[in-house]
Amino acid sequence: MSLATRAKTRTAESFRVTRSQRNVVWTGAGALVVVVVLAFFPFLVYSGTTAILVQGFIVLTLATMWNLMAGYAGLVSVGQQGFVGLGAYFVLILALHGASPFAALPVAVVACGVAALPLWWLVSRLRSGYFAIATWVLAAAIMLFIEQFSSLGSGTGLPLPGFTGMSPTLLTAYTYWIGLAVTVAALATVYLLLRSRLGLVLTAIRDDEVAARSSGARVGLARLLVFVVAGAGCGAAGAVLAISQLQVQPTAVFDVSWTAEMAFAAIIGGLGTIEGPIIGTLVYMLLQQTLQSFNAWYLIILGLVAIVIALFARRGLWGLVDSRLSFRLFPVGYWLRGPVTEDRRSRRRAVGDQV
Amino acid sequence: MTWVNAIIQGLLTGGLYALFACGLSLMFGVMKVVNLAHGDLAVVGGYVAVGIITVTHIPVLWSFVIVVPVMAVIGYALQRTLIQSALNRGVLTTLIVTLGLSMVIENALLEFFSANTRGIGAGMTLVTGSFRIGSQIELPYLLLLIFAIAVAVLLGLQYFLSQSSYGRLIRAVADDKEAAQLSGADYRHVFGIAAALALGTVALGGIAYGMYQSLDPTAGTDTILLFAFVAVVIGGLGSLWGTLAGGIVLGVAQQIGAQVNLSDELLAGYLVFLLVLVLRPQGLFTRRASS
Repeated sequence: MSLATRAKTRTAESFRVTRSQRNVVWTGAGALVVVVVLAFFPFLVYSGTTAILVQGFIVLTLATMWNLMAGYAGLVSVGQQGFVGLGAYFVLILALHGASPFAALPVAVVACGVAALPLWWLVSRLRSGYFAIATWVLAAAIMLFIEQFSSLGSGTGLPLPGFTGMSPTLLTAYTYWIGLAVTVAALATVYLLLRSRLGLVLTAIRDDEVAARSSGARVGLARLLVFVVAGAGCGAAGAVLAISQLQVQPTAVFDVSWTAEMAFAAIIGGLGTIEGPIIGTLVYMLLQQTLQSFNAWYLIILGLVAIVIALFARRGLWGLVDSRLSFRLFPVGYWLRGPVTEDRRSRRRAVGDQV
Repeated sequence: MTWVNAIIQGLLTGGLYALFACGLSLMFGVMKVVNLAHGDLAVVGGYVAVGIITVTHIPVLWSFVIVVPVMAVIGYALQRTLIQSALNRGVLTTLIVTLGLSMVIENALLEFFSANTRGIGAGMTLVTGSFRIGSQIELPYLLLLIFAIAVAVLLGLQYFLSQSSYGRLIRAVADDKEAAQLSGADYRHVFGIAAALALGTVALGGIAYGMYQSLDPTAGTDTILLFAFVAVVIGGLGSLWGTLAGGIVLGVAQQIGAQVNLSDELLAGYLVFLLVLVLRPQGLFTRRASS
């Protein structure tokens, strides 16, 4: 037996590669409990609280999608409000044709994903910063295009039909549940996506695009997929927005501050992790709720915090927690475990999960 | 004849768009920074002009003598602190930091100056007066003046970049900042000068916009940044005179759109942008794709 093969067998014997350090069942059960508790909220709290939570669900869905784009695929989009608006308008169009807005939501999501394909073809010609502004121009163009149709309310928008005969209590509860369902679906999609083969490609792009390319990773295809998923996800958030506002107004649904909010929530929480946007959304909602009587101040503070975090704590608030605990709510990477005889307290290294 | 008039109006508006765009193009060309706060900084320039005119009673047209140096200093300071430290950390950080800066500036303007629009009154003869050729064609004095300023700025920039020693430094650093550094040029200082030039020119754009239309806190992102960017892409990335050409194409497209239907003005401009993106992504007026 040659030395090399012996070394290989030895390595295979003594090292194990696992997804997670602790039993994943516990974090999974924890997440399930949180979702179940959240699902009972309409029975427990006032409708004012659920309305705030729906807003939080929208921001979390958006931040998760923005994180997938910027944190993994290296795509900084400032035009995701285009998909928020498209999602809202697809629901409106279907509702105007007699469909229930709740049933229209999944159709709107698919439609947004499909719409992302030609848009990608346009914007993928530009890189980094120019990509960012090109998506913005596209979003503005989509809004101006939709405003051309008087049947969709032109520049003023329309109230969302299809809720006649539904009691307000039931409507609030349904809106809340659909918001929760969209958020859970968005997190689950991103989680499964990152655990798949594509996840490996995306993680490689996140860590070093040139290296990923030269190792044969199909960077372009991965980016296209991410753009489509993010388009569908932001469209879902837009659909929830339309249902919760009960009206669709072009300047409100195509507002660039949606992108600012999703970007800042993702950056503050930590780009390149699934947990980051969750923390970031919590911080965002806290700031917004405490400072909302001071008009635009929460956006100023949010912008400043995002700048400071981008410069001095690149992995965000979750990164600060993570570097001390080496703990994952969503294990998407791999851990390399040393030989069993090794001191168990020695620090383990994550492979493909963090630098 | 109304069509000819529309095309001439659009052509002249192109000068304004070139003022918005040349700084954005310069910063990208020299330091590979896409400054998402570019438009908001133009609006800041406009508001500084409003403040200076109110306080010092300086003639409106001469306000730029103070505003441009002020904005240039701000540009140098921003580049040496915030943007440089973002640049050291990579492209993504630069985008995030300038996006954050854009939101901070816009909302701070909203907070301190409210959402009301304010114009910079340049005097009745200049704003409403125009040369008339025949009965249909009008050449407004103000647009002619802005166009002349834009051409002068571009000529000045070109002369500065090609003839002066600082211009040589800027070109050297843009080509290869490490090599320039090895030859004794402090590239950070040179970046600062490029940013000062960029903000000086866009401050002119902000003042001109305040005279031509009116300033409000959201104009920086809704209008100035997007138009500047569209002009840069149509004209070709990194090309100085391309910004004027791109601005003219955008302006003409908008005016023709407005002739068809008043609400189509903006959409027509963006459609031309998309068309260029599809057919000639390197821009209409670039000779080399990698300039």
